[in-house]
Amino acid sequence: MKISKKDVDYVAALARLEFEQKEEEKLTEQLASILGYVDKIKEVDTSKIEPTSHGFSGENVWREDTVVKSSEQTIESIFKNAPAKDGMFFKVEKVMDMED
Amino acid sequence: MNEIIKMTATELAEKIKTKQLKSAEVVQAFIKRAKETDSKIKAYMEITEEYAMAQAKASDEKIASGKETGALEGVPIAIKDNILIKNLRMTASSKILENYIAPYDATVIEKLKNSGAVFVGKTNLDEFAMGSSTENSAFFTTKNPWDTERIPGGSSGGSASAVGAMTAPLALGTDTGGSIRQPASCCGIVGVKPTYGRVSRFGAVAFASSLDQIGPMSKTVEDSALLLNVIAGYDKKDSTSINKEVPDYVKNINKDLKGLKIGLPKEYFIDGLDTDVKKSIDETIKIYKSLGCDIVEISLPHTDYAIAVYYIICCSEASANLARYDGVRYGFRAECDNLSDEYKKSRGQGFGPEVKRRIMLGTYALSAGYYDAYYGKAQKVRTLIKQDFEKAYEKVDIIMTPSAPTPAFKIGEKSSDPLQMYLSDIFTISCNLAGVAGMSVPCGFSKEGIPLGMQLLSKYFDEEKMFNVAYKYQQATDFHKQFPRI
Repeated sequence: MKISKKDVDYVAALARLEFEQKEEEKLTEQLASILGYVDKIKEVDTSKIEPTSHGFSGENVWREDTVVKSSEQTIESIFKNAPAKDGMFFKVEKVMDMED
Repeated sequence: MNEIIKMTATELAEKIKTKQLKSAEVVQAFIKRAKETDSKIKAYMEITEEYAMAQAKASDEKIASGKETGALEGVPIAIKDNILIKNLRMTASSKILENYIAPYDATVIEKLKNSGAVFVGKTNLDEFAMGSSTENSAFFTTKNPWDTERIPGGSSGGSASAVGAMTAPLALGTDTGGSIRQPASCCGIVGVKPTYGRVSRFGAVAFASSLDQIGPMSKTVEDSALLLNVIAGYDKKDSTSINKEVPDYVKNINKDLKGLKIGLPKEYFIDGLDTDVKKSIDETIKIYKSLGCDIVEISLPHTDYAIAVYYIICCSEASANLARYDGVRYGFRAECDNLSDEYKKSRGQGFGPEVKRRIMLGTYALSAGYYDAYYGKAQKVRTLIKQDFEKAYEKVDIIMTPSAPTPAFKIGEKSSDPLQMYLSDIFTISCNLAGVAGMSVPCGFSKEGIPLGMQLLSKYFDEEKMFNVAYKYQQATDFHKQFPRI
């Protein structure tokens, strides 16, 4: 399995991951080795086989889309984990003017 | 050695309930043991002494005042640190969650609280449960209590080591491809992966949602059955949990096994299987024969593809599940001046190498042009693996295999080659792909004195039979009564 630096850069961008150069070189090698191994599933004839998505499939669970009020304490404990906040809002860097 | 720490959870629950022992005294004994041994084995991310002593006191008061008690009233349990306990830190052994404080209880924790169980600590794991040795923990590697130069197995290595070293009689682990059974095998304890959907996953950190299950770990089979009684059951907060009655797993544990058919899949007994592992399984077969069981050779023909299927599926699901770690609502954030860089740097610096490797592999397998060849194809081969099991269970009641191809290996032995590490899960992953229940039971020791485990795999929702088969074996052996010299 051949994996180029370009492939890795493309997937890293999709996955929102930044790598250091050395890390990326090693990763390129390792991904090639792992993909080389998993390629063996191509040997199996699955032309008449349906896919399985879960270990055991039950029925889907539906509920009314209603708002359940959380306690002040719960809200506070959620915001305590936020890296940056402004009152009841999570604060992030500007979203506009992004290159991509 | 204090006699309390050698007792089973079943014995402790009985003694606490009948006022022969106080919960505070029991919890104190285990915490003392944890403090004495944990500098050597490093099973715990945190020993939650204050929290546990408050719970123990509450249990003792409840018992003294004659109030109704739960099945695990006052009994200590260690919890893998990828399960949320409200107001306690939960790291998933990742830097990205290093300072995360759980705002709510996982459903299993709520159930354990209702049963009176006492939380003595949060245990170490491979980061986000991705690994087979705890070497992928962002903080430290847990040691095997039988030989501190060896791995305790993983990813629930902290929980396995905690129980193996007698710092807790019970623990919870999570199992996506063997993460309960393989460490249980390495540390000489019992570990159970219930049928997919048997136990609610609400409040456990999602890794690969179609494979993950929470399950019990303990010294004895009976203790794991007791623990599953408490944590099993339908939960509307987990859409994959199955609404099916939970039997009393302890009640029929001692049933006669005469005429029971045990299947040995020929694909699992390949050349090159470790000689000590092979020998222990041969001995186990003899014991089951003496208990009146029929041993039948069966075939699981797609076994050879299981690891490939597993890594495609688990990495794909992980790449989707771990998209939530973006440094916005919680977790580590690398400061940048725009959001795009903030995502990339927070994730690049916050995740460890194995987690990033799997996200990359999964993103690749799901990306345009590759989806059908990898994820789609793997899901189809998964169907064939599932059908292998369904066909096998037409012939046999239960399947037996070794839990791992070798005894616990040395720390560092496989950490530089991810593929070699993946191959150590060879006997445990098919169970998760098929969704059936599985457990590891101590079945001997290697020449160097390292514990070995055998794996039992039951039909869907047939844990009751599986506990019965495991219990009868444990009654006929004494491997679970050996204690490490730590």
